[in-house]
Amino acid sequence: MAGQVQALRRRIRTVKSTKKIAKAQELVATSRIAKAQERVAASQPYAEAITHVLTALASNATIDNPLLTPRDRVQRAGVLLITSDRGLAGAYNANAIRACEQLIARLRADGKDVALYVVGRKGLGYYRFRNRAVAASWTGFSERPTFADARRIGESLLEAFVAGADDTEESHGPDGIQGVDELHIVNTRFKSLMTQTAEAHFLAPMQVEEQEREPGLRPAYEFEPEADELLDALLPKYLNTRIYAALLDSAASESASRRRAMKSASDNADDLLKRYTREMNSARQAAITQEISEIVGGANALAASGSDV
Amino acid sequence: MANQLQVRVVAVEEKIWSGDAEMVVARTTEGEIGVLPGHAPLLGLLKEPSQVRVKLTGGEQLTYDVSGGFLSIDADGVTVLAESATPGTPESR
Repeated sequence: MAGQVQALRRRIRTVKSTKKIAKAQELVATSRIAKAQERVAASQPYAEAITHVLTALASNATIDNPLLTPRDRVQRAGVLLITSDRGLAGAYNANAIRACEQLIARLRADGKDVALYVVGRKGLGYYRFRNRAVAASWTGFSERPTFADARRIGESLLEAFVAGADDTEESHGPDGIQGVDELHIVNTRFKSLMTQTAEAHFLAPMQVEEQEREPGLRPAYEFEPEADELLDALLPKYLNTRIYAALLDSAASESASRRRAMKSASDNADDLLKRYTREMNSARQAAITQEISEIVGGANALAASGSDV
Repeated sequence: MANQLQVRVVAVEEKIWSGDAEMVVARTTEGEIGVLPGHAPLLGLLKEPSQVRVKLTGGEQLTYDVSGGFLSIDADGVTVLAESATPGTPESR
């Protein structure tokens, strides 16, 4: 009986310390969500301005930029998957990877080869473990992405995209680069604190949405340098901005997902604690009752035998 | 036309500064450009690296070291977009 009480005590201690960890993670994640959302808001003005500028440009420049023209034949598609560096984030990574796998299956069904680019240790681990080729990966910033990170990713994606897939049987074509003909991105969109969904989007060739404007209001822009040259300089920046926005959105989703997972973990720990404490109390009470009845029984037996003698 | 320029200096990670000014001086790849109120709409790529100077009404001047930037002027005002912009010293040109 005493052994059972001790075992339960040990269990309660374990659950208590687990709960502390979960609770701490939950609090950290909560403050990170707010920070991540601030960063999303802070990046809005630039994103709006560059979209505005590109729209103005696209209606003035001849659109034959490689970043805007769909290729006739798509041999290989690049897929950028954004996952987190750390676990304990509920289904966050599993959902992102599943969305990515669906996209890959669809691309393969269309007869396209897939080159995988991965952000975050978890996604990388998933593909490494399965021995699947990853063209490039970046880790270490999933919770606090900076624009420099986005630019690094953007540069190598752009290099692959501009090179294009010109593979021969043996090698990656004359330039030796494993190029791609289109780019997709899979990231998790932060819809609200409770909902985040993994989504796949087209990254390149880009579609510049030509906004409908009231006639007569389109300003006649001057360009320095020429419009085509300006477009060449701006489109890579726009690509980087898109990647940066995706990273920020994913970071917010990661924290939200972790907060939810850690909240249910610490709630569950509370339930367990309650149950174990009750069990321990009743076990202790049972032990005491038994002891008393043994003493009373013993005394009675003694008294009975004493009166006999 | 208003005789004040509405100026916004925006970096990717945050909005740096916005407000009214008398004049904006920047250097595009084609050459230096001074923008006064009522300027024709213009899009320009800024020289790398370069400085943007914002002259305020009181005679004060704000200077930013800008990299990866471009300039957009339309009827609403002037927008300087940059990958990074840090306040710079007015002396260094």
